[in-house]
Amino acid sequence: MLACLVLSACATKKVQNQMQGDVYTGKDTVEYLASGVPDRVFFATNESVLTTASRDTLRKQAEWLRKNSKVNVVLEGHADERGTREYNLALGERRANAAKDYLMTYGISANRISVISYGKERPVDSGSNPLAWSKNRRSVTVKAN
Amino acid sequence: MIKKITQLIILIILSTTQSFALIEVDITRGNLEPLPVAVSPLSSDKKTNDKLVKELKIENIGDKISEVVENNLKNSGLFNPLNKDAFLQKPDIAHLKPRFEDWSLIKAQALITGKVTLNNEKLRVEFRLWDVLAAKEMMALAFTTVPSNWRRIGHIITDKVYERLTGEKGYFDTRIIYVAEDGPKTKRIKKLAIMDQDGSNTKYLTLGNELVLTPRFNPTNQMVTYLSYFRNLPRVYLLDIETGVQEVVGDFPGMTFAPRFSPDGKKIIMSFAMDGNSDIYTMNLENRIVERITNHPSIDTSPSYSPDGKFICFNSDRSGYQQIYVMKKDGTNVKRISFGKGLYGTPVWSPRGDLIAFTKLHKGKFYIGVMRTDGSGERLLTENYYQEAPSWSPNGRVLIFYRETKTDSEGKGFSAKLWSIDLTGYNERMVKTESDASDPSWSSLLSN
Repeated sequence: MLACLVLSACATKKVQNQMQGDVYTGKDTVEYLASGVPDRVFFATNESVLTTASRDTLRKQAEWLRKNSKVNVVLEGHADERGTREYNLALGERRANAAKDYLMTYGISANRISVISYGKERPVDSGSNPLAWSKNRRSVTVKAN
Repeated sequence: MIKKITQLIILIILSTTQSFALIEVDITRGNLEPLPVAVSPLSSDKKTNDKLVKELKIENIGDKISEVVENNLKNSGLFNPLNKDAFLQKPDIAHLKPRFEDWSLIKAQALITGKVTLNNEKLRVEFRLWDVLAAKEMMALAFTTVPSNWRRIGHIITDKVYERLTGEKGYFDTRIIYVAEDGPKTKRIKKLAIMDQDGSNTKYLTLGNELVLTPRFNPTNQMVTYLSYFRNLPRVYLLDIETGVQEVVGDFPGMTFAPRFSPDGKKIIMSFAMDGNSDIYTMNLENRIVERITNHPSIDTSPSYSPDGKFICFNSDRSGYQQIYVMKKDGTNVKRISFGKGLYGTPVWSPRGDLIAFTKLHKGKFYIGVMRTDGSGERLLTENYYQEAPSWSPNGRVLIFYRETKTDSEGKGFSAKLWSIDLTGYNERMVKTESDASDPSWSSLLSN
């Protein structure tokens, strides 16, 4: 009984450590464009606003893109499974464009960036729980060449 | 690609004694008391049977057609087909002159009989509908068609019986186009698939090489518009089902999605997303002229025309959250109509014109519901973990939609299935598909 309680408390704490509000802050699914340059940013439910952490990540991406001026990128926008398919396609597009706009304000030319939305079609975590959904609400920067 | 949808079916009205509607099915209250009906196997002679076994490998075609009818009637929720074991009269004799006292003994109120013959390679099917209590014939019809069309004959018979007994058009000689799904949730393989309304005759229209979503029929059921990620460019496509020819709809510099036909089939209405903003556009398929219908920095999507083509309902988050709006076909007079608690999406106008079906998300549950076109009279028909995207049967009586299951902590146990529910909220049932399925769209009646 006690062990059970301790375990569940640990599990809760772990989830809390990986989310701020309902935005994912963990590293589980994150890949790196280069050392110290995470490839993705995460969003709150129904939101496309960039968090402080997301802006930090995108500044690192912009810096890396400036150094690697031959590289073009695709920004892949995604939504979680808790929305209608068509709306989520639009939401994914909006999220990827939020990331694109930020990269552009840090000097990356629009013609180096393309955008695609997958809506809820390509989750990284197949779970049906708030943590899984938070990992799936994302914009991922992928090298295009 | 697949067989012609409109294969010729010749319909002959047999001489029938004029009678008034004596039995009637009240369809406004759902399936509280489904009408007991006896579907006698259709009789067929030995010569016909032998030939059909040899040519089509179909045994007992009379039984098979009556099973199609029986299954349709049962699935409608309005009829209760009686167990054939209790039938006393032989099919051929019943078709000539039913002994009504035998049929009323087993509590049948309506009786369907019929006869199948093969003439010059053509299948001739006649059937009669009888009012058991009044001891009268209500209807008599015959159809001639190619033998391979036998299932459709069963559907057409059901439509005729349904119409005679309810006073409304049926929805049985129809098809469903949908997305067949396979594979793990993170890498789903999706194909366009088409099947008869009862789940038989499934055909696949794409191979699964690219992601495809949200197929919808045009009014003549010959064309389908859908979203394809061909070459990783999500665009609205138009597919001719008979020829298999497909083309991109319009030349947009970004994602187009959420397509539907106008009621006259001449336009496709859809969303176009650019720079983080989705608006609604139409393209005229005759002259290729593109018109912008909404112009708002919010997400505008899931447009659907009213059956007279004068109005459009759509989904927008211009209030801050997903809600349902109605506007004139030119984009003027935009009015929000959903004001209940929660988020609203996927509005779709009823073919009767009086209702809009929708998906609602409230407190972590998904609902399929209907409301009047001014937003009043909201009624939620079904609640579940996840379900969305209702599509109307052509008579506006039944909604088909898809439902996904919750996965466990390891991400296992996911499934997506088609379900249907009566407008009254009764008769919720899973629609059988060969694989997992989503995004169903109901065709109009194939024969009229």
